[in-house]
Amino acid sequence: MLNFTLRRLLMAIPTLIVISFIIFALLDLAPNDPTGDLPLTIPPEVREQIRLSLGLGEPFHIRYLKWLQQFMVNEPLNLLEQWTGWSIGDSENRLRITSWATRSPVVDLIAQRLPQTLWVVGMSYVVGILIAIPIGVISAYKQYSWFDQFGTFFSMIGFSVPTFFTGLVLILVFSVNLGWLPMIYDTRLEVRDLGSFWAQVKQMIMPVTVLALFNAAQLSRFMRASMLDNLSQDYVRTARAKGMKERVVLLVHVLRNSLIPVVTVIALGIPTIFSGAIITEQIFRVNGLGQLLIIGIQGADIPLVQTLTFIFAILIVLFNLIADVAYGILDPRIRYD
Amino acid sequence: MRLRHILTTAAAGALIASAAHAERGEDGQLNIIYWQAPSTLNPYLSGGTKEVEAASLVIEPLARYDENGDMVPFLAAEIPTQENGGISEDLTSITWKLKPDLKWSDGTDVTAEDAVFTWEYCTHPEGGCAQASYFDGVKSVEAVDPQTIKITFDEPKPFPYTALVGSESPIIQKAQFQDCLGARAPECTEENFGPIGTGPFTVAEFKPNDVILFEASETYREPDKPAFASVLFKGGGDAASAARSVLETGEFDYAWNLQVEPEVLTAMEASGRGEVVSAFATSVERLHLNQTNPDPSLGDQRSTVEGGEHPFLTDRKVGQALSMAIDRTVLVETGYGAAGQPTCNVLPAPELYASTANDGCLVQDMEGAKALLEEAGWTDEDGDGVREKDGQRLSVLYQTSTNSVRQGAQALIKQWWNELGVEVELRNVDANVFFGGDPSSPDTFQKFYADIEMYTNNFAGVDPEAYMADWACDAIPGPSTQWQGTNIQRFCSEEYDALIRAMATEADIEKRGEIAKAQNDLLMQSYSIIPLVWRGNPSAISATLQGVRMNDWDSEMWNIADWTRAEPS
Repeated sequence: MLNFTLRRLLMAIPTLIVISFIIFALLDLAPNDPTGDLPLTIPPEVREQIRLSLGLGEPFHIRYLKWLQQFMVNEPLNLLEQWTGWSIGDSENRLRITSWATRSPVVDLIAQRLPQTLWVVGMSYVVGILIAIPIGVISAYKQYSWFDQFGTFFSMIGFSVPTFFTGLVLILVFSVNLGWLPMIYDTRLEVRDLGSFWAQVKQMIMPVTVLALFNAAQLSRFMRASMLDNLSQDYVRTARAKGMKERVVLLVHVLRNSLIPVVTVIALGIPTIFSGAIITEQIFRVNGLGQLLIIGIQGADIPLVQTLTFIFAILIVLFNLIADVAYGILDPRIRYD
Repeated sequence: MRLRHILTTAAAGALIASAAHAERGEDGQLNIIYWQAPSTLNPYLSGGTKEVEAASLVIEPLARYDENGDMVPFLAAEIPTQENGGISEDLTSITWKLKPDLKWSDGTDVTAEDAVFTWEYCTHPEGGCAQASYFDGVKSVEAVDPQTIKITFDEPKPFPYTALVGSESPIIQKAQFQDCLGARAPECTEENFGPIGTGPFTVAEFKPNDVILFEASETYREPDKPAFASVLFKGGGDAASAARSVLETGEFDYAWNLQVEPEVLTAMEASGRGEVVSAFATSVERLHLNQTNPDPSLGDQRSTVEGGEHPFLTDRKVGQALSMAIDRTVLVETGYGAAGQPTCNVLPAPELYASTANDGCLVQDMEGAKALLEEAGWTDEDGDGVREKDGQRLSVLYQTSTNSVRQGAQALIKQWWNELGVEVELRNVDANVFFGGDPSSPDTFQKFYADIEMYTNNFAGVDPEAYMADWACDAIPGPSTQWQGTNIQRFCSEEYDALIRAMATEADIEKRGEIAKAQNDLLMQSYSIIPLVWRGNPSAISATLQGVRMNDWDSEMWNIADWTRAEPS
């Protein structure tokens, strides 16, 4: 197992380098202009000056290598320094990846936004799992019952209605008509006492619900299918024949075995938490990574988009590995060596 | 909500107690929402409207423009003119006097050195200053004494109120930014995110691309202002929900630039929590008629002067007929609502410069347009619904940027032109590409590989001299200038160039008005530009907010020091 993990980790390095090159080249070749969003009243000579000051005058390969060095060496060193308080080398003049729009280090922007994304999108993922598993279990156990039919209906709706629609409906009902919940996420809110905690809960309800509905819809179908597979197997009949209680058969034997593929799906979905939920964050104005990415794309803030996309790529590679390893740990029949 | 209620009630109580004597910070928090979030608070590094306006709460220029486009002294004691000796006889220098006892928010004095530094900062060759054009033609900025700033120009400048005037070129503090010159400018994150200013507010917290908290400045020159103790400046999201947060839920007091379908805004206004108000400056949605030939078979010479004239759009009668066939009122009603007015001028304001000679276009005249084409020899002989003359069919490719309002307008105009007997092919290009100016892309508005294109342009400030000079013969874009150039429709007239030269030497404001009108009329009667809609900037204002004077000549926040919370009725 350790061998396998190490081999996979080593394999990841060339994969990531290729990915980094593709991301950089794609975004660089795309017809994007960081001054394209500026008012037309700003003359072309000034625009050219701005482009030069952003470092666009240099050839492609130099910019790529610079970016790679900043990403792979400078930024990790910087993080290390921040955590430990050490000073390594010439940290004053170390070039960091700088966003074109804000002219501030990209990694600081990401660090500022990560907690909100983890809270809101992460919470919705957890809530989604907590809803999906019981629905999947009951739907499978009582196949074709009214509960199963309802569960199917519910997950079809959750799966096929886009989040920008459900988000808008919730806003119209709970913010505009009833006035119960705020429609705009207060990103400055700090939880200090019960009052501010309640305010935080209130502003998280709608975005979390929207995303949880979507996640639960998907996972509950997986759960149901996996349960159905297991319920018809011989070991279940054996367990029942041994006189075990139905509860034990279902929750100990079947559920545990059925969870194996579901855990893989969940692990593979974790990178999407980090990439945020672009649309939902935009609708509720949650200052998460998804919103940062879309602002970066709209404003042609290439260094920001390159860095964020590459971080997502790393997470996806990493969680693929974790999913594989977890599969091996959970299912003793599977061995990689 | 409840807290604000208490605060407003308390404020109202205070008002009753001493109605005449308002106090700084007594109206609690003001909530402003911009659906595009500011990325920095240094307008010299960004140039985007959102950054300029957010920064205008903190840093101020010598003078601003009010809602009529008239200058109002801010840091300056008065507006220099030739009469009061502030402008030299030969028009090559202007001398500003600062107001006495001005303080930065850190308590230090504002001096002429700060103005000199601002000029050095923005004109540094490595800085990439987005507002550099405000300092065009400035030879030097000197501090004559701590209160006096003298700006000298390379040549006589009839309209010298550019450098350090208006929200786009405010004065920054030398002490704060002196280590941030040139290439170091972007590294000064802390400074760029929290400039020290002279304005009514200071930056308390800045989260880039998200939210800003401003607090009332202790050192603001008017002791009883601003009425609000703090301003929450939230960004991001979309225009429709920003409007909703003011007009329907009341979570915010002010929402900026609501480019939303007019019927949506009207429905939201019905709940009575606020209203939509538009400010009009110089933005005009217009059609440019390519005067050069965009035929693909010309290869490199496509849409260039070398490629030759357009086969039919240089015929004024064709342009005139295309203009007459358009019902501008319908375009406004369907796409703009309160945020637009029909116009027949490319220079619609300020009033002094606005011509009335072309107002005939306000009424659609389809029959007249048809007759005009018949008279010019454009007839539909083969009965396919498209007019032709000497084998040349009236068939146009009409492009614009991707945007639902623009595509709506394209569809309407196509319908009218089809009725007129003109074949129309529509095309839309992503705004980033269309306005991106990438010389290697065939789809930019400068390359103009189409017969007709539609977009909006405007100019900053109130003086149209530079803007009207956009249509000089030598400003035509082409391969030799990397397709840079402002004369997008490739219009060229000796008479027009003479007017540009006249404008550059005329100092009398009335005569400048005459010249600008003549320029506008010449352009309009060439029918190389067909103006459609004079576009305003619509913002939603809560019914509980008083003192807003909507302004499109300067920052919308230009008089935020005077804003107050209305007494609850």
